[in-house]
Amino acid sequence: MGSKINKSYYGYFFVAPFFIGFAVFGLAPILYTLYLSFMKWDGFTDPVYVGIANYTRLLHDSFFYQTIGNTMIIWVMSNVPQLIISLLLALILNEKFIRGKHFFRAVYFFPHMVTAVTLGVIFSLMFDWQTGSVNKLLMDIGLIHDPINWFNSPWWSRTIASGVIVWQYFGMNMIILIAGLQSIPNEVYEAAEIDGATKPQVARYITLPMIRQVILFVFITSVIGGLQLFDAPLMLGDGPGNSVRTMVMYLYEMAFKNYDYSYGAAVAYGIFVIVMFFTALTARITRTKE
Amino acid sequence: MSKYITRGILYLFMIAVAVTCLLPFYSMIITSTHTNSDIARKLLLIPGDQFMENYSRLKESVNIWRGFANTVFIAVVATAINVYFAALAGYGFSKFNFRLRNGLFMFVLGTMMIPGQLGIIGFFKLMESLNMLNTYWPLILPAIHNAFGIFLMRQYADSSVPTEILESGRIDGYGEFQIFNRLVLPIMTPALATLAIFSFIGKWNDFLTPMIILFDNNLQTLPVMIASLKSQFTSDFGAQYVGIVISVVPILVFFAFMSKRIINGVAAGAVKG
Repeated sequence: MGSKINKSYYGYFFVAPFFIGFAVFGLAPILYTLYLSFMKWDGFTDPVYVGIANYTRLLHDSFFYQTIGNTMIIWVMSNVPQLIISLLLALILNEKFIRGKHFFRAVYFFPHMVTAVTLGVIFSLMFDWQTGSVNKLLMDIGLIHDPINWFNSPWWSRTIASGVIVWQYFGMNMIILIAGLQSIPNEVYEAAEIDGATKPQVARYITLPMIRQVILFVFITSVIGGLQLFDAPLMLGDGPGNSVRTMVMYLYEMAFKNYDYSYGAAVAYGIFVIVMFFTALTARITRTKE
Repeated sequence: MSKYITRGILYLFMIAVAVTCLLPFYSMIITSTHTNSDIARKLLLIPGDQFMENYSRLKESVNIWRGFANTVFIAVVATAINVYFAALAGYGFSKFNFRLRNGLFMFVLGTMMIPGQLGIIGFFKLMESLNMLNTYWPLILPAIHNAFGIFLMRQYADSSVPTEILESGRIDGYGEFQIFNRLVLPIMTPALATLAIFSFIGKWNDFLTPMIILFDNNLQTLPVMIASLKSQFTSDFGAQYVGIVISVVPILVFFAFMSKRIINGVAAGAVKG
């Protein structure tokens, strides 16, 4: 036993690489970004201290507010259907009588394996109004006469951006939900069957309450992920009147396209505050329901 | 009877979703085998014979296989680093009762709450001052700090690495790091495989960091190359489709062989998380 206590301090050596790595590649960039957000800097001349000017500008920047709104809209339009579809499919695939379970799980998961950028490009090509296959299909079956210019309409653009996200994530979340469902002991279902409960009743009163934690996990990750949408929407472009531009796209454009690093840094901290606010809000709401 | 109708409806729903999942990929592969004028005029449902033509136009200006190899290289090296250091720290938190253990572990979990883009501008500027722009270091080295991996590994070490192994190793005169490398790592293989899947998928899809860090076309990764196809081949849709096919089909083949392991790994990781 004595030797064990003597060796305890070795633990510091084992965990040290994480803290060194985090300090250099995680914390230092975050603090440097904070420093830049109080400067005026285009990347060429020397940075000049300007106090909170960047933040004042941010508070009056209607483009930034628009990107917050866009992100929220796309989040709702993508995550509500996505969570419903993945929950439904998870419940169905958890039934004993369904055949080909693995095949279906694999097909549903596959889009998640493909890079978000590729998914975005596929959608932008499919919905291209002159050459895309979607317009061709709709015209061939006679639903429309003239091609629809999807990316000319704010709401179609947002719908397509949301569609990409649904397509990318529902399989992943379904797998997580199935894993949760499989942790429910069989005896619970047997007892319900003896009591004469119907399938929808079992789902409503037994299955869903028992996987509440897993559903919450999926929900919270989708809040955090959804507020940071970037790759796929970037491939679809800003949309008409910037209607598809998300918060992180705005950060990227400010810093790496306009080379306004210092204002980009303030945008980064603005996004941080918003993400923290919504994460805390979600945690709060889910806790009061407990 | 009604039982069969319900089942029929369920199967129909499942098949409809499956078709929706796969149809875009099918359409993309079919379209890549036709001429630009056909792509512009018709709905294409059967394969054509223009794939090689489109491919050769793509190859003239984009070295897509180079991008593929670059991405594989970065993803493999970063995954190896990620998995090793996560196991190292997870094991350290699990088996050594040092004074700051709980506090430091809470700190590790806390870092998971930080949104990824918060420090991206500082990261870019820091890499510039370290002369690491246009190299792979900024894409590989940050894999050392992965809080989720440490969490996963600690769980596994708590439940599946017996403390007796450490003691027998010490009696045999092994040093602490030898014990970890020779005795503990082999036991942790199942957890390492799960984490490797997560890490590989994440690195494979990494987009923002390579886009801002790398300038040289020969160093660039596949996602960034795919993203630039649209501006490079404005009206050459055939070449664009071929590029996408090249980025998707190898993953499709890989996934067809590995799907069971990958899905089980994701499920196992999620339940622990």
